[in-house]
Amino acid sequence: MHPPLQRRALMAIVIVGAAGLAAVVWAALMPVVFASREEPFEIPKGTWARRMAGNKVEILPSHVYLTLGIRNVLLLENHDDVPQIFGPTLMMPGQSFRLPFDVASSYQFACTAHASGQMTVVVDERPDTPWRRLEWRIRRLYRSIA
Amino acid sequence: MRMRPPSHSESRRGPSRAIALLAGLLLCAAPRAAPADALKAGVFDPPREAPDFSLQGSDGKALTLSRYRGKVVLLGFGYTSCRSVCPVTLAILAMARRKLGPLADRAQVIYLTVDPERDDTGRLKRFLASFDASFIGGTGTVGQMAAVRKSYGVTAEKIGTGSDYAVAHSSFIYLITREGKLRALMPYGHTADDFAHDVSVLLN
Repeated sequence: MHPPLQRRALMAIVIVGAAGLAAVVWAALMPVVFASREEPFEIPKGTWARRMAGNKVEILPSHVYLTLGIRNVLLLENHDDVPQIFGPTLMMPGQSFRLPFDVASSYQFACTAHASGQMTVVVDERPDTPWRRLEWRIRRLYRSIA
Repeated sequence: MRMRPPSHSESRRGPSRAIALLAGLLLCAAPRAAPADALKAGVFDPPREAPDFSLQGSDGKALTLSRYRGKVVLLGFGYTSCRSVCPVTLAILAMARRKLGPLADRAQVIYLTVDPERDDTGRLKRFLASFDASFIGGTGTVGQMAAVRKSYGVTAEKIGTGSDYAVAHSSFIYLITREGKLRALMPYGHTADDFAHDVSVLLN
């Protein structure tokens, strides 16, 4: 018979293990769903003025991650008053650019808005099996932290 | 199946039906942009007027965009000494044109040089003819070509020195409607089927 303290510790380990296992099972079995296929980014009004004033304005990350079939459309919107190079293209005020991706790959675009002069769109395969869903969720968690 | 003759009440609805039908026909007749999700390319919404240019065409005539009003224009930027992206892009465009069949004559490929120092009209003509005789190239002064690139947001940067330099450049193909609107942009890597599909959508 375990002393009460050891028993409580054992119980805590069992609970944490069970919760971890439940999380893994959930991540593997729960389908990945988004409300929209579009991953939107926008240039807010006044961005050009803020840049001209010497402020560093980062709107579009240097890496954008999409997933085939569920989140595979890059949507860029220019709400500013002047034309802007946004991602791969020149956009007029009030204009949007909707770019769909049909093949999983890593796409490089020249982008003068980034210090590196480059923007990368990584398109992942659709996570349609338990293992792929688990892998996809772990990768997404890692990217959000890194 | 037999047609039922209209009842009295239906025949009284005739004028309002006729108005609704007329309104429907008018709506159908109005020029409409292809829905954004109908295209494989990236789509601009709303489409803007495609910037026009006045350059020397590889066919020996003045090259303007407005010359091709009524056709879907596939506009690309590249150079004849390119060893990778340009030949692949042009081969895909040539294949797409073949896939279009009878619609091919309603589409025009225009390829503007990003290397006006080396690409004269003769060189452009020989280069483009090796892919498709209908392709038209365009060149001009260094300043003219830079202005055209700027109006489309195209980048081009000379890499290396001496006569054997390369030019790193944007590798998109712009899709311009029959009305001269810059509707879409196809990034590098798309197939001939994708181009043929989008040209068909824009034509229809």
